[in-house]
Amino acid sequence: MKKIEAIIRPHLLDGVKDSLQTVGVQGMTISEVRGFGRQKGHTEVYRGSEYKVEFVPKVKLEFIVDDEIVDAAVDAIIKTARTGKFGDGKIFVFPVDEAIRIRTGEHGVNAV
Amino acid sequence: MKPKVAFRSATFSLFFMLAAGVAAFGQTPTIEERLAKAESALSSAQTSGDNAWMLVCSALVLMMTGPGLALFYGGLVRKKNVLSTMMQSFILMAVVTVLWAVYGYSISFAQGTPYFGGLGYLFLKGVGGDPNATYAATIPHQSFMIFQLMFAIITPALITGAFAERMKFSAMLAYTAIWATIVYFPLAHMVWGTNGLLALPALGGKINALDFAGGTVVHISSGFSALVCAIMLGKRVGYPRSPMTPHSMVLSVIGACLLWVGWFGFNAGSAVAAGKLATSAFVATHFGAAAAVIGWLLVEWLRLGKPTVLGGISGAVAGLVGITPASGFVTPMSALAIGFITGIVCFFAVTELKKRLGYDDSLDAFGVHGVGGFTGAILTGVFATKEINDVFGGNPVGLLEGNKMQIVNQLIASVIAIAMGMIATFVILKVLGLVMGGVRVTGEDEVQGLDLSQHGEEGYNLDLDLASSSRTGTFFDDTALTTAPEPISE
Repeated sequence: MKKIEAIIRPHLLDGVKDSLQTVGVQGMTISEVRGFGRQKGHTEVYRGSEYKVEFVPKVKLEFIVDDEIVDAAVDAIIKTARTGKFGDGKIFVFPVDEAIRIRTGEHGVNAV
Repeated sequence: MKPKVAFRSATFSLFFMLAAGVAAFGQTPTIEERLAKAESALSSAQTSGDNAWMLVCSALVLMMTGPGLALFYGGLVRKKNVLSTMMQSFILMAVVTVLWAVYGYSISFAQGTPYFGGLGYLFLKGVGGDPNATYAATIPHQSFMIFQLMFAIITPALITGAFAERMKFSAMLAYTAIWATIVYFPLAHMVWGTNGLLALPALGGKINALDFAGGTVVHISSGFSALVCAIMLGKRVGYPRSPMTPHSMVLSVIGACLLWVGWFGFNAGSAVAAGKLATSAFVATHFGAAAAVIGWLLVEWLRLGKPTVLGGISGAVAGLVGITPASGFVTPMSALAIGFITGIVCFFAVTELKKRLGYDDSLDAFGVHGVGGFTGAILTGVFATKEINDVFGGNPVGLLEGNKMQIVNQLIASVIAIAMGMIATFVILKVLGLVMGGVRVTGEDEVQGLDLSQHGEEGYNLDLDLASSSRTGTFFDDTALTTAPEPISE
């Protein structure tokens, strides 16, 4: 089992989600986050006062998959979240020790 | 022959009419009675019309403070201060009302010296259904009183923009109550009261300043007091390095639009009748606001690259401020000019002037109301015309008509309002600082936000379902904490 965390452009979320479902990802958790990498932020001007907004809004996806489909899932994200410009985001893959479904108490990949 | 016949028939018919009149005597009222009846019906119709208008205007002006100004200011502060900022406008709707009822109206409008009204209307004694012929001959005196109250409410509320996000609620209450008492009430008397120092000839004023709806009394006085507040309270923690962006421009747009609509009551209502002067002031008000939006945005676009929404609504408010003293004295074309000029002047006040002087006037109460009010006062002296409002008995009114002295009078009135506001604010804040142990919240309270530190509330609890809070107190039944949730049936 692996946990995949991806930080992507918010407006591409729908496409990423659809392509993940087609490779067999059953569910996911998303959150609205802010951060910066190589993409520069933007400036906002209120009554002549300029503010630099460095933390750019992104969406973070988290989901757990069986080892077998990790590569397919990563490829699916790259294919649908890439624009080729700074700010496309990152993907991280972590090992997962255990997964438990609260409703039934099932363990392992079946619980995902 | 012919004329004689005509004469005869005329005599005959006259006789006939007299006879008929005598025969009807006792049943039909005399001409005098009928005339008196018609006159009283006429004046009662005028009273109904004027009074209906003035009651609506009073409500409109109250709407400027709440929710208008509360939303406008509330949207411009950070999320953690939205409630406290709205509360500073809202609470004045209550506090100033009570002061007004007890002594405020009397100090402002009762017979007295040129500087203060007397105590004749203390506790609103004698302010009832009969008109006060000096102020408004066709509406109940009480209608005039309640209309004027709404001005007294919004004026200190405007100042709150200068010390937003850092003043103790208790200190703000004390400051605004004392300020209304020693600045607003006397100033209203000087400009609008019987025998007031700066009033128009009709009221027996000595230095005739033109202030139709409160450019001097409301905007200059509050705007310059705001500057002193901003300087004396000091900058907000982190200003200007940390971002202090408006948390909801949407609220501010709604607030500004409500201010615009309410301003029709403010200016057109200042005609204290529903006649053509009210219409003229209504038109001037609208035109002034519109031209100022364009003026502000034009300069902003050219100099800063983008026309902002905040610029647009700030321009509208600036234009409304600028046209306020002029609204009952100028033509529609002059109103466009006044609005356009004021919009541009205020843009430079809140961008360049503020940056150079380095004070933290959180919501630009000085830049918009002080500078805009002063610009409007001077421009009123330029553009006022007897064609719209013949206040000097046929003599020229404004500079363009040939009255060179009017600008001087406008300056004198402005300087008096500026001096009263600034000196009084300095003294009040000094004294309150000593008595209340400072007028500013602690650094910790400021960082936490005034909503929580001053009122124990938050403006937005949108994610309460995440169980981020739990209820405490005697009403709480804590068995829910220890028992398992009911199974969900599918």
